[in-house]
Amino acid sequence: MVTDSSPAFPVKEAMAFGDGAFTAFAWALRRDLRLAMRSRAELGVQILFYIIVVALFPLSMAPDRELLLLLGPGVLWVAALLASLLSLPRLFASDYADGTLEQMALSPLPLPALILGKISAHWLTTGLPVVLLAPLLSIQYSLESEAVWVLMAGLLIGTPVLSLLGAIGAALTLGLRSGGGSLLALLILPLYIPILIFGAMAVDVARSGASAGAQFSLLAAGLLLALAGAPFATSAAVRISLD
Amino acid sequence: MGRFKYAAPAQFYPLAGKMAPWFAAAAAILAVIGLVIGLYLAPIDVTQKDSYRIIFIHVPAAWMSMFLYVVMAFWGALALAMNTRLSAMMAQSIAPTGALMTALALWTGAFWGKPTWGTYWAWDARMTTELILLFLYLGIIALRNAIDDPRRADKACGVLALVGVVNVPIIYMSVKWWNTLHQGATIKAGNASIAAIMLAGMLVMVFAFWFYSIAVTLVRLRTIMLEREAGTAWVARLAETEKER
Repeated sequence: MVTDSSPAFPVKEAMAFGDGAFTAFAWALRRDLRLAMRSRAELGVQILFYIIVVALFPLSMAPDRELLLLLGPGVLWVAALLASLLSLPRLFASDYADGTLEQMALSPLPLPALILGKISAHWLTTGLPVVLLAPLLSIQYSLESEAVWVLMAGLLIGTPVLSLLGAIGAALTLGLRSGGGSLLALLILPLYIPILIFGAMAVDVARSGASAGAQFSLLAAGLLLALAGAPFATSAAVRISLD
Repeated sequence: MGRFKYAAPAQFYPLAGKMAPWFAAAAAILAVIGLVIGLYLAPIDVTQKDSYRIIFIHVPAAWMSMFLYVVMAFWGALALAMNTRLSAMMAQSIAPTGALMTALALWTGAFWGKPTWGTYWAWDARMTTELILLFLYLGIIALRNAIDDPRRADKACGVLALVGVVNVPIIYMSVKWWNTLHQGATIKAGNASIAAIMLAGMLVMVFAFWFYSIAVTLVRLRTIMLEREAGTAWVARLAETEKER
């Protein structure tokens, strides 16, 4: 609609685009959260998977307290990686199967914003429980309370990165015959490695009495980088898979 | 036509066929020269004895592993942006050689590490990031094999290669950023901290590896072109002329 007083720069359209991005984000977030809440059993299974993996390690060796203290942060991080990996196919698979994803890609709302909403819902339902359960599980590894705080803070910054990076792999492997878990693991786990290293290192550094500021800065840098890049890479990958 | 003439597989196929033997020959000659310098002419190292000689394979392989990844990501990105066929095929043909170079760098590094550091493997920053690079190469190859439609595979691999390119500067800078087991770079512009003859041997080997990579990539590219353009007129014409011969 063109009126006489329309300015040279399409302010209204630009603002509408901003609204569109936020509307898309909020809509996708709310929708995926609601869907997740309606399949609570599935969520519970994923959280149990995390708990069981963490509990397996002390069973596989002599549960020596010193050894557990050393292994604990790494084991919790590895379990967080695996839990994230296990839940990734769910991110797009059902929307892809019933055509919802195609409608999202065709809709006038910006696809990266929709995807960011989906990723946020994924993190809230799989990443956040991992963060909140960490203190309980660290008791099994007799971690001191300060180390637990550092571990939780690291997981809080790191697990969103897992969801963001994982979304790229989940979108790339959509609808592949041999897709499934193993190819996704091969694509995504190498990208997870830096997060694992700095997350686990932060706890070690803090336990040795030094400041873990550098590790947190690197994790946060990873988060910002993933936040800026992953929604766009994922929406490119979704469009490729829908072709 | 014009400067994009060779962007068409039909045009590039014969050119690649002409270039490949030259690069292969150059690689073979340089490898012989480099190995003669490295294994006979270069003196024994004071601290590492003869085991240092593995650098004549290790360093070129490590450099090529990173360089080829960047080149592959570049062609993959070009395929994504311009929707060109040949650049995607180029990316596809580079991946196996890149993976080979990465594996070689890790393997020779392990054999050098045993006598020098007393261990085949340490979880040092450079080794870990190089190992991630190997996984990235293998992931890209596996992703391509999992996708039936080659055009979709081109784009998917392009996206993955671009995401993974973040790793290359990290490998390159790892010995500076983390002060771990792997020593820092010996070759710096202007003053290298090794004897001139060793440096010469190493640089000759780098060029040998480089030309080898180009030759092998071009040969593989020709096969990929034939395979993927099998239904086109130019391949049919080519098959005709081959039959007549």
